[in-house]
Amino acid sequence: MRKGDQLREPTAVKALLIAAALAYFGLMLLLPLGTVIAEGLKKGWEAWLAAVNEPDARSAIKLTLAVAAVSVPLNTIFGVAAAWLISKYNFRGKPMLITLIDLPFSVSPVVSGLVFVLLFGAQGWFGTWLQEHDIEIIFALPGLVLATVFVTFPFVARQLIPLMTMQGRASEEAALTLGASGWQTFWHVTLPNIRFALLYGVLLCNARAMGEFGAVSVVSGHIRGETNTMPLHVEVLYNEYNFAAAFAVASLLALLAVVTLALKSLIEWRHRDELAAKF
Amino acid sequence: MSIRIEHVYKSYSSYPALDDASLEIEDGEFVALLGPSGSGKTTLLRVIAGLEEPEEGRIWFGKRDVTDTSAASRGIGFVFQHYALFGHMTVAQNIAFGLTVLPRASRPKKTEIRTRVDELLSLVQLPDLGARFPSELSGGQRQRVALARALARKPKILLLDEPFGALDAKVRRELRVALRSIHDDLGLTSIFVTHDHEEAFTLADRVALLNSGRVEQFAVPNDIEKLPASQFVRDFLA
Repeated sequence: MRKGDQLREPTAVKALLIAAALAYFGLMLLLPLGTVIAEGLKKGWEAWLAAVNEPDARSAIKLTLAVAAVSVPLNTIFGVAAAWLISKYNFRGKPMLITLIDLPFSVSPVVSGLVFVLLFGAQGWFGTWLQEHDIEIIFALPGLVLATVFVTFPFVARQLIPLMTMQGRASEEAALTLGASGWQTFWHVTLPNIRFALLYGVLLCNARAMGEFGAVSVVSGHIRGETNTMPLHVEVLYNEYNFAAAFAVASLLALLAVVTLALKSLIEWRHRDELAAKF
Repeated sequence: MSIRIEHVYKSYSSYPALDDASLEIEDGEFVALLGPSGSGKTTLLRVIAGLEEPEEGRIWFGKRDVTDTSAASRGIGFVFQHYALFGHMTVAQNIAFGLTVLPRASRPKKTEIRTRVDELLSLVQLPDLGARFPSELSGGQRQRVALARALARKPKILLLDEPFGALDAKVRRELRVALRSIHDDLGLTSIFVTHDHEEAFTLADRVALLNSGRVEQFAVPNDIEKLPASQFVRDFLA
């Protein structure tokens, strides 16, 4: 036996490992996704379309998109700002800030939702004041946005901090010594350097914003056709034993996620030369 | 342009990086900041560039007090040890950067920028490489591009932070010669940081030896060798 052979597994072991990996992958990732789509289409295309086109479902889709459309840009802006601050500057309390950014990951989403109820609900800290001024937050769109922003806060920042820390300040300093203003430096140097990580963070943030259940469930109030987002609508339908419709809406939600990931792959593929050149 | 550094003090957390450093550099001089690591030479260069703020002391460019002027407005060229080129821009775009970020009123026309880029490319002996990306160049070529980029706005002062540090011996020698002739041709006042005393002595008009944030000796290479100002200088050159 040659020396190198000792590092090589026998063919049988290799096949077994590959089979185990594929089985796990299929069981944990593909099977659930396939089931959702298969169950959704069980009664045919028309039933699927009808379930998705029904007024309450349409309102849920619209609401989900509206919540994502507000919370994703907010978290993009704050995520970039936080990552910029953390990676390019040294200041007191920096580890504290990093921990705070991670907080939404470690807190249960239900608790996150509850916090906003305690703050802005009828019996909450600001409840009386809000009622006097006729401002609705809980059981309305602002509450849904707040809860979603909280839960999806870390996605963009977390994606950017390691990359920007690794890149350091050299490019920015070079731009400054070449006479660029802070804004020009950010726009022409920092942003192009992080664009792929930023895109990935935004897509993940978006996927979670559309799919969030726990926190949104607490602040929503489950008013059909008004404050039910897609995940909540799926639950309502399921609890009413309307399985076909529940799976139809669920498959649409899954489809949105798949489209998000496909979009990311497409962009990576179109810029593959640039990506290869940089790393 | 002459540079005067007056009693500059700068500390990192507790230990002083610059401890009452003073230096007077004449117009057109080529000066080396030489010293062991931690001696404050890079900090001093960054203070001159405006990338670090001194806690005390003043910096003068000619008759202008630039201590409170931002790096962007000091009118200097800066070359970094690891080039710090913009990876998403071509070589030509890198070199043109200083001109393209000028406010519209003072920005040259596109054709003028192109001419200037070509001029600079031939100055650093890299004609025809304008369309490449930095990742497609060798280390020596990248540092030449960084040099061209730093010179785009015709600065009077050129600051270089260990410009040859990341290069092998042969490329290093070539680049030294090129840098010295560019310095002489353009009438620059240049300061470069190095920890290699042979490099400092062959290239610079005068050498400033730093130790623990102070300037131990500032003189022409011959004088330093003949009359070391302190035991530290003697040990460092040994």
